Amino acid sequence: MDSTIAAVLLLDGIGNGAVYALLGMAIVLVFAVTRVILIPQGEFVAYSALTLAMLQLGRIPGTVWLALLLSALAVLRELWDGLRAQRAWAATAREIVRLCTLPVAAAALTGVAAGQAWPLALQGLLTLVLVTAVGPLVYRLAYQPLADASVLLLLIVSVGVHFTLVGLGLVFFGAEGYRTPPFWDASFAAGAVTISGQAIVTLAVSALLMAALYLFFSRTLAGKALRATAINRLGARLMGVSTEHAGRSAFSMAAFIGALSGLLIGPATTMVYDSGFLIGLKGFVAAIFGGLASYPLAVGGALLVGLLDSFSSFWASAYKDAIVFAAIIPVLLLRSLADRRHDDDE
Amino acid sequence: MPALKIAAAAGVVLLLALPLLPVPEFWITQLDYIGLYAMVVLGLVLLTGVAGLTSFGQAAFVGLGAYASAYVTTAHGASPWLGLLCGVALTLVVALVLAGVTLRMSGHYLPLATIAWGLALFFLVGNLEFLGRFDGLQGIPPVAVGSVELRSGRASYELIWIVAMLGALALRNLLDSRPGRAIRALKGGTLMAEAMGIATWRYKLLAFVIAAIYASISGWLFAHYQRSVNPSPFGLQMGIEYLFMAVLGGVGLVAGAFAGAAAVKIAEDQLQNWLPALLGTSGPVELVVFGMVLILVLQVTPDGLWSLVTRRLPARRHDPSSWADAAPLAMAPRPARGETVLSVRQARKQFGGLVAVNDVSFDVRAGEIVGLIGPNGAGKSTLFNLITGVLPLTAGQVDYRGARVSGQSARAIARRGVSRTFQHVRMIPDMSVLENVALGAHRRGGAGVLRAMLRLDRGDERRLLAQAWQQLDRIGMGALADEPAGNLALGQQRLMEIARALCTDPALLLLDEPAAGLRLKEKQALGAVLAQLRGEGMSLLLVEHDMDFVMTLTDRIVVVEFGTRLTEGTPDAVREDPAVRAAYLGVEH
Repeated sequence: MDSTIAAVLLLDGIGNGAVYALLGMAIVLVFAVTRVILIPQGEFVAYSALTLAMLQLGRIPGTVWLALLLSALAVLRELWDGLRAQRAWAATAREIVRLCTLPVAAAALTGVAAGQAWPLALQGLLTLVLVTAVGPLVYRLAYQPLADASVLLLLIVSVGVHFTLVGLGLVFFGAEGYRTPPFWDASFAAGAVTISGQAIVTLAVSALLMAALYLFFSRTLAGKALRATAINRLGARLMGVSTEHAGRSAFSMAAFIGALSGLLIGPATTMVYDSGFLIGLKGFVAAIFGGLASYPLAVGGALLVGLLDSFSSFWASAYKDAIVFAAIIPVLLLRSLADRRHDDDE
Repeated sequence: MPALKIAAAAGVVLLLALPLLPVPEFWITQLDYIGLYAMVVLGLVLLTGVAGLTSFGQAAFVGLGAYASAYVTTAHGASPWLGLLCGVALTLVVALVLAGVTLRMSGHYLPLATIAWGLALFFLVGNLEFLGRFDGLQGIPPVAVGSVELRSGRASYELIWIVAMLGALALRNLLDSRPGRAIRALKGGTLMAEAMGIATWRYKLLAFVIAAIYASISGWLFAHYQRSVNPSPFGLQMGIEYLFMAVLGGVGLVAGAFAGAAAVKIAEDQLQNWLPALLGTSGPVELVVFGMVLILVLQVTPDGLWSLVTRRLPARRHDPSSWADAAPLAMAPRPARGETVLSVRQARKQFGGLVAVNDVSFDVRAGEIVGLIGPNGAGKSTLFNLITGVLPLTAGQVDYRGARVSGQSARAIARRGVSRTFQHVRMIPDMSVLENVALGAHRRGGAGVLRAMLRLDRGDERRLLAQAWQQLDRIGMGALADEPAGNLALGQQRLMEIARALCTDPALLLLDEPAAGLRLKEKQALGAVLAQLRGEGMSLLLVEHDMDFVMTLTDRIVVVEFGTRLTEGTPDAVREDPAVRAAYLGVEH
């Protein structure tokens, strides 16, 4: 391998790593707040890339139907829960409005926009809003009724959600693969290496988002409320922080991060309805590096995974995934030994 | 109970007789697969449901068993029975290596590690030339029993189900035994089990290896049933599917393995059958409906399908007379009265800048009750943890019967004859009181996993239960022996911990607030038992806030405040000490 190839692989690895880092952070966030291991995180990525691809082709993306379907189910669920708890109709209506306004509006707008050739950036924005709106609906339908269940049970529910969303993805998007156009179609020569504009966008947006998340969690009340829920659910509830609201916020953010990752990775990888799983899994790996608790370590882990990914695909592409996942074991062992704390309150 | 047993036996006979009846081929095939899956899920019930170690990687072990046998039978023409041996041996080696690397991981690292090796093995097998890469191996011979070759699904049925049922029986036996209780104790963290002298790592390893071997045997059956293997049934997807069969059936319930496997297999096939008829399409919709049904079922029965059955079954009751003739367990010789049993020398513990225990020294002699008192936050529980090896000392030394024990593990110290209770009760809530207490006697029994699975451990088991029952009875809780420990009131839970500690046959017993939550009569009864233990030559060190209890019971009292020893003396001397009064009541200015 010469230095040019190494540089290309390095760039590639960092680009992928940045996206894994975003996903890893989303998984850490969701786990900390809700104890859900979000296996379907990757689905948001695939949905987002495919939604943009559909908009580019001038077709109504399946995400529109998904948002409407989940909204309808959420309405039924709210009515059912309202009846069982003998809740006032006004309260039920308020919940429904709170849950469904954004997804229905986003779906309607996307439906309108689909026929018209809006600029790429606007279509990207619309995709972001639409996919983000799906997040809290998923939480409401699948996880909220089980908020106090064990981590294992929530994990299995996650598997169910993953199946459902992958299946829906196939129904709505078909089995074809798509690539979305890059947001910045430039390229720069640095010596023998060309750096694409999209790679710069990816890195810049990732860095920006990480900074924004940092500010959100350290400076805003909403961010602090989420952190409080993560540290002590009961305590946060006693202080007036609604855990349901926290869960919904966490899922909104996870969906948003997933959607953004989809837009960033879409031009570099051909996306199929089930591409999300492996991408999400690598994000999960990154999250585990951080012990599902530390954001900076999750980012570091993600970069490592991205580099392993790109270098092993060069040396032994058939064994690429085997290498990436096998290489994790020693790192895990180190991590595990490093934070050998008391299992006092496991 | 007999009615239930008859029903269960009838069910087993019916299940084994099914192929003789005019059951359609389709259902025989379904049941073959359910049996194969259930075998793997049984392993997960033990590993994930009972021991609390989540594994996504079981499918990889199925693959090991399948490929090992497929390779030796096709490439070397070996008998499938030899293939079984090869598969189990290979699995054993691989499982031990993987366990060595991954099983020490805590919390969420383990599940990820199982994903990692699951994927790694999958891709490895898919790329190896001699295993046929992703095309796999074909032309695997069927299993032959004597001269009968099990070629058809109907013929394989008996083999599959006999193996699965024997697997279930062995697992059920294991869970109701000495090693089984140790494995069940893993779920609540290792602190308590280690303090009872149980080598928790060993039992984690055993649970892991047993689960792997169950999976491997299923893989062997699978290879010779299908007569061909390729990597796809052994990938991560299937590993996840096994895990949710376990959860859907009721993780931790042996019969749940069958319920979960059946529910998943039948649901998958039935959806394939009637969804197209209903919606006019097939394919992805099945996956969608399947996922949704799974989520809904779990929302309705979070404890799994089989819990709907067990909920209606009467709880198991032990009959104390069944172990009346059991020979008592051997007891360690007691130290001579007056011998210094425990000697704490300048013990110091710092957490960062905070000095929790500040150069504290005191002795406990044989046949003596020493009280350790002090205001909240004085460092009493930390001292307990230092003595029992739960926390390492920053400086100083602890000797037990003349030998240094500081620096040794909690388990090693427990094995020397030091036992304890905890300030925050540590128990396995879904185990019965008797079983919880029997954990204390673990070290005094000898039955291992194999003996337990084959039910050859009953003599040993009777002696352990007799001991547990005796200690429970002594502490006045015999009537509650069959109650799930989680149902007890707090005071009773504390008493149960004392009975458990007594089961370890200790020479030195450390009790952390034993009287908290007890009513007056119960306190008096407890005091009488403790005094009786002292009479037998046991030494006791107790932390307690109930001054009446401490003053009437103890021979000497050590008072600590802010981690420092304030004074030491007889109860009367301590009561009169102005410094103690100041510490408890404040000083007049």
